[in-house]
Amino acid sequence: MMPFQPVLLWSDLLLWLLLACAIGLGIVSARTPHLRRAWSRLGRNGVAMAVATLLTAFLLVGLLDSLHYRERLPPAPGQTGTVYGVEVLSVLDGLLTHLRSRNEKTYSAPFATRLYAKESMETPAGTVRDYPRLKHGGAHLGDDETKRDADVMQRAFAGKVQAFLIWLGLAGGLAALLARRQGCSHQEAWRAIWRGETAIAWRGVLLALGGLLLVFLPLALLAGDYHVFGTDKVGQDVFYQVLKSIRTALVIGLVTTLVTLPLAVVLGIVAGYFRGWADDVIQYIYTVLNSIPGVLLIAAAVLMMQVVIDTRPQWFATAAERADLRLLALCVILGMTSWTGLARLLRGETLKLRELEYIQAARAFGVSSGRIIGRHILPNLMHIVVIALVMDFSSLVLAEAVLSYVGIGVDPTMISFGTMINNARMELGREPVVWWSLAAAFVFMFVLVLSANLFADAVRDAFDPRLD
Amino acid sequence: MLAYLCRRLLYAVPILIGVNLLTFALFFVVNTPDDMARMQLGVKHVTPEAIQKWKAERGYDRPLFWNGDAVGLARVTDTIFFDKSARMFVGDFGRAEDGRDIAREIRTRMGPSLAIALPTFVLGLCVTITLALILAFFRASTLDFWGVVICVALMSISGLFYIIGGQYLVAKVWKLVPISGFGEGLDAWRFLVLPVLIGVVGGIGASTRWYRTIFLEEVNKDYVRTARAKGLPETLVFFRHILKNAMIPILTGVVVVIPLLFMGSLLTESFFGIPGLGSYTIDAINAQDFAVVRSMVFIGSVLYIVGLILTDISYTLVDPRIRFE
Amino acid sequence: MPSIPASTEPLLSVRGLSLAIQKAGPGEQRRVPAVTDLGFDLLPGETLALVGESGCGKSLTAQALMRLLPGAIRVTGGAVHFQGQNLLALPEAAMRDLRGRGMAMIFQEPATSLNPVLTVGCQIGEVLARHGGLQGRAARERAEQLLRQVGIADPARRLDEYPFQFSGGMKQRVMIAIALAADPQLLIADEPTTALDVTVQSQILDLLQQIQAERGMAMLLITHDLGIVARMAHRVGVMYAGQLVELASREAFFRAPGHPYSQALFAALPEAVGRGQRLKALAGQVPALEAMPAACRFADRCERRQPVCCNEAPGLTAQGQGGLVRCHFPGPQAGAAAEVKLVEPRVPAAAAPLLQIEQLQVHFPIRKGFLQRVCGQVRAVDGVNLSLTPGRTLALVGESGCGKTTVGKALMQLLPRTGGSLHWQGAVIDDADKGQRRALRRKMQMVFQDPFASLNPRMMVGDILLEGMLALGVADSAESGRGACIALLEQVGLKAEALGRFPHEFSGGQRQRIAIARALAVSPELLICDEPTSALDVSVQAQILNLLRDLQAELQMAYLFITHNFAVVEYLAQEVAVMYLGRVVEQGPVERVLAAPAHPYTEALLSAVPRIEGTRQVIRLQGETPSPARPPQGCHFHPRCPKAMELCRRDYPETRELPGGRQVACHLHG
Repeated sequence: MMPFQPVLLWSDLLLWLLLACAIGLGIVSARTPHLRRAWSRLGRNGVAMAVATLLTAFLLVGLLDSLHYRERLPPAPGQTGTVYGVEVLSVLDGLLTHLRSRNEKTYSAPFATRLYAKESMETPAGTVRDYPRLKHGGAHLGDDETKRDADVMQRAFAGKVQAFLIWLGLAGGLAALLARRQGCSHQEAWRAIWRGETAIAWRGVLLALGGLLLVFLPLALLAGDYHVFGTDKVGQDVFYQVLKSIRTALVIGLVTTLVTLPLAVVLGIVAGYFRGWADDVIQYIYTVLNSIPGVLLIAAAVLMMQVVIDTRPQWFATAAERADLRLLALCVILGMTSWTGLARLLRGETLKLRELEYIQAARAFGVSSGRIIGRHILPNLMHIVVIALVMDFSSLVLAEAVLSYVGIGVDPTMISFGTMINNARMELGREPVVWWSLAAAFVFMFVLVLSANLFADAVRDAFDPRLD
Repeated sequence: MLAYLCRRLLYAVPILIGVNLLTFALFFVVNTPDDMARMQLGVKHVTPEAIQKWKAERGYDRPLFWNGDAVGLARVTDTIFFDKSARMFVGDFGRAEDGRDIAREIRTRMGPSLAIALPTFVLGLCVTITLALILAFFRASTLDFWGVVICVALMSISGLFYIIGGQYLVAKVWKLVPISGFGEGLDAWRFLVLPVLIGVVGGIGASTRWYRTIFLEEVNKDYVRTARAKGLPETLVFFRHILKNAMIPILTGVVVVIPLLFMGSLLTESFFGIPGLGSYTIDAINAQDFAVVRSMVFIGSVLYIVGLILTDISYTLVDPRIRFE
Repeated sequence: MPSIPASTEPLLSVRGLSLAIQKAGPGEQRRVPAVTDLGFDLLPGETLALVGESGCGKSLTAQALMRLLPGAIRVTGGAVHFQGQNLLALPEAAMRDLRGRGMAMIFQEPATSLNPVLTVGCQIGEVLARHGGLQGRAARERAEQLLRQVGIADPARRLDEYPFQFSGGMKQRVMIAIALAADPQLLIADEPTTALDVTVQSQILDLLQQIQAERGMAMLLITHDLGIVARMAHRVGVMYAGQLVELASREAFFRAPGHPYSQALFAALPEAVGRGQRLKALAGQVPALEAMPAACRFADRCERRQPVCCNEAPGLTAQGQGGLVRCHFPGPQAGAAAEVKLVEPRVPAAAAPLLQIEQLQVHFPIRKGFLQRVCGQVRAVDGVNLSLTPGRTLALVGESGCGKTTVGKALMQLLPRTGGSLHWQGAVIDDADKGQRRALRRKMQMVFQDPFASLNPRMMVGDILLEGMLALGVADSAESGRGACIALLEQVGLKAEALGRFPHEFSGGQRQRIAIARALAVSPELLICDEPTSALDVSVQAQILNLLRDLQAELQMAYLFITHNFAVVEYLAQEVAVMYLGRVVEQGPVERVLAAPAHPYTEALLSAVPRIEGTRQVIRLQGETPSPARPPQGCHFHPRCPKAMELCRRDYPETRELPGGRQVACHLHG
């Protein structure tokens, strides 16, 4: 009997499907010389490799958070068969059980041992108004809260030392591997890495890994006993929320492209290649879609989608499924409203391509339109598609936050950067200020979007056809 | 020229009809009025009578496109489509949930929206174009490199943080201006400074980088080489030759948003409590006031099309090739 | 005929100029030399022509003199003295004072070299304000005067117009006016006529010559065309792979070039050999900049190569009067005449025609207004009759926009025919019939102009060759077609290993070979060649022309050869048809048409081609080709025709037969 029941949410399925597509693209790229050249140009770019490492870390967290299951409940007396809990958990939740379950009563600052606000407490000496101790944060310290700073410092230092050792191990292993593969000495391989003379900019990867380890290993060690980023209004650990937000951002940023891409590629190429009435119709459709300001169109569509979902509760077995479907619907709506730009770009490019002599030559042989599109036009548009995909990611992540704030984003029960900011911004008016939720969301979102932006720039440079 | 404009205006009609049909489909076909009534009334009050009453009050109890029960022209006019969608063409938007006339509301709220959006737009344009010119002028230098890095960093920050951070620092910590609110007349400037400033700063990253790219694209053109071969100083090459050519692509993106300024900014207005169209829209979204959202979609697209026509006109001002066609 | 001015102090003196391309790779900075140790003098009033094929560094040299090099190119050594000042050491501000006033430059592409959003007057006025301090009325008068000098009618009105309102030749005139505005002592002309039609080119060359004579200005003329050199230059410098390989006076150069490369350039010219002779094409290609040999850079392709050539770099040695040659074994070619092999081309006599084209029309509608009403027709091709015979070549000649390429595309069914009929071996071809159209695609194929655009960069050569075979059912699978592909590659002189490579790995000439192989893949009986050599350098052009000729002799294909180059016509074709504004104005056997053109347009066109063998009387045509959307009333050519009569303004002349199998559409032969 399984101790859990796997649950496959639609967004999980799509996310894994996308991963499979990416792997497929990787295999195709390895076989196609010009794509391989473009990727290897990207590989030589140190900044690109560093941010790619960061993005991979984000992606790992997101993927761990995309394997869902329901736990088996302990059998109640007199019950036959198995019953699974209604709560849908992910592998990440499982790994972070202590973060997820050890909730406080309300706000507490990072590394605090006491709540943020004073409360009246019954003590043997009568009722006192004081900051109550946290149930979990710093509980291991016992009564001696003064040891906290020393404890935090000591553990952080130990964490950093460990991080450094692990990093040294990784770097040494890499140098050894390179040395073996290239048949040079250890020292030469080491020097080549640091001078950026390797075919893949390992320097960037190692620096990013080092940074990640130095920041997150101590945090991970401390997170067991402290709320490293504090807690929110209902006492939930902010570090946990931030990690959970990553998946939402990734789903919005990646799954949306599943909608955008086929629409934009098919319609853009058809309009540009066949011209005539097909072109007129497609242009009309995207001019109409374009002429409605984006936020308003999304607002209208999301409002309607809410009505559909809210009036049909019978569709969903669990709250997670409902939130998930809403997330997907949001992706679809974002995709439906954002394919026009790419389609217009591809249409223009196809118009130029179809006049090129090699396509004229193919037509002179009577090659069918489908084949011309498949073999001549699509491969010559690939770079635009790849660039557009990476460029869109960061703007979609940013859009999620704004839409959630406006109330037309993800389900309010779903943890995302947008909902975190939305919940936290009211608390800036408090004295003293509750800043940690905002700060955590800001830092994580900033790193994610900045990495994506830098990566997009590098991809754009690497895929520039003028370099071929 | 006049014929050209007329043609553009005529071209706008099918697009507006398309927008109208699309919104109609979104609001009345995806969900029936019954669904909306259930949603609005809430779970507790849903009875068939309540739904009927809700629909009757709002005129949703008629057929969608064709009223077989009516006579004559009313077969067409006495329908939801005609009443709710077609009437928007003449500026009749109906009433909001709270019973107020939407058209009137829109007229009074345009002013505050413009008061924020217009200065933001003008100032933002000046600042970003200047910065982009500086970066392009010193291209491939350290200044350019770090300028671009800062731009990318700035554009990686969500607009929400600009507002939250700005409000917190300027209004709460430094207490230079009120956190939010709006005043009448000249007194309003105290309320305007912060949102305008935040709007400008928030737009610096993306716009500067974009304009810089446009300038750099022009820098490599042949006519720039000719200008240099004449012995012109670099400043003249930039301000007379490059700037004027770069204005063509810049205008494409810029002029089209001018009419949309009337719509205000959703975020800024709601954060600063400015009684403009942006906050009106947000309130309507939160209250699920479908009539208001529908009206705003329609107005938004009308303004967008006006923007397109303005873009065409502005082209003729900077690009002689179009002016003389 | 330019005369050599009395020699004085050199105006411009270049010594040891070296340029390099800065290549930024990951973690490394490389400098690839682009021009090495260049030196020459230029006297006041003298014209020095720098000749060379693409990539030899001649344009970079010109830009380096103006200090207008693109960012990636650095000067790595040498000195440039202009009026005694070392330009390379001058501060930028002083250099700016010199640009425009001391030395001015005109560029290859008049279409992009003028600022599109400023009026012509403003662009000239800028120079006047910068260097002469002229403003307002005075500046305007001066600008008017300049425009008049460069031959622009109605200058007062045209000053307020924008560049797009000028035709290509007029734009180049404006560029010249800008260059002359501050009375420079030196004019650098970088391929000033390459983008122009031959009749317009002739006008511009005349203008440059006349201005130079008037002003005693020195001119550095960058060109790839030996014909232009013969017409314009006092002295000639030949560049090869970034080096100056020969410097000589024009007379000496054209009488007896000293460097084997210069000799090869002459030998590769179609006009240099008689009809029926094989062109002496240079084997191989220019070495890549990255892999430049340390010894003689020409050694690989040189017939005179000795062991020393591959070990030691030759220096410049004096030859003749003030001439210099960079060669270990300089001097005129030994036994040049003996080496020319006479090939007897097996040209069959005119037999039954393969394809007859009758009254071919291709019109493009001009749409206007909201509903896109058709309000006019561009008559790109308007009633063309042609006849193609197996084993023979018909050349279709004309300037840009005359509709010659449209004819080719319409035959290939790449454009819809508006009217006319095609007869394949006497049988009418039914366009509506899909099977017939398909069959026709096997019977005729096309070779396109630009070998860089005609091969899909994302496909391997093997797939490119197979594409047509598979589409037309010549081969059923990639495997069965492979053997045929290898045979095709061999036929065009490439190795079988090319199959698995991508087009960017080949040079322009090799790509054109691949394009020819692709067309041959379906064994066509008619090959339409659309300017197949106009994008290639002259030495590569010779290889391709030889190949085309060999293939024709071997396969007995009919060629429709579309070109603007009369030398190629003379070399390759048996029949020629001259097109003007969508119609054929003259048609007949090549030797007759070229020797004694009957139509004034043919005559003018022929006389405008710059020739190496010296000058002949150039017939100067007024203006440029009008737009085919609004052809002139009566004879299309009458506004430019020096012999136009009243009748020409009224009626389009009928095509008449002349003795010797010629047809001409001109009232002079009525």
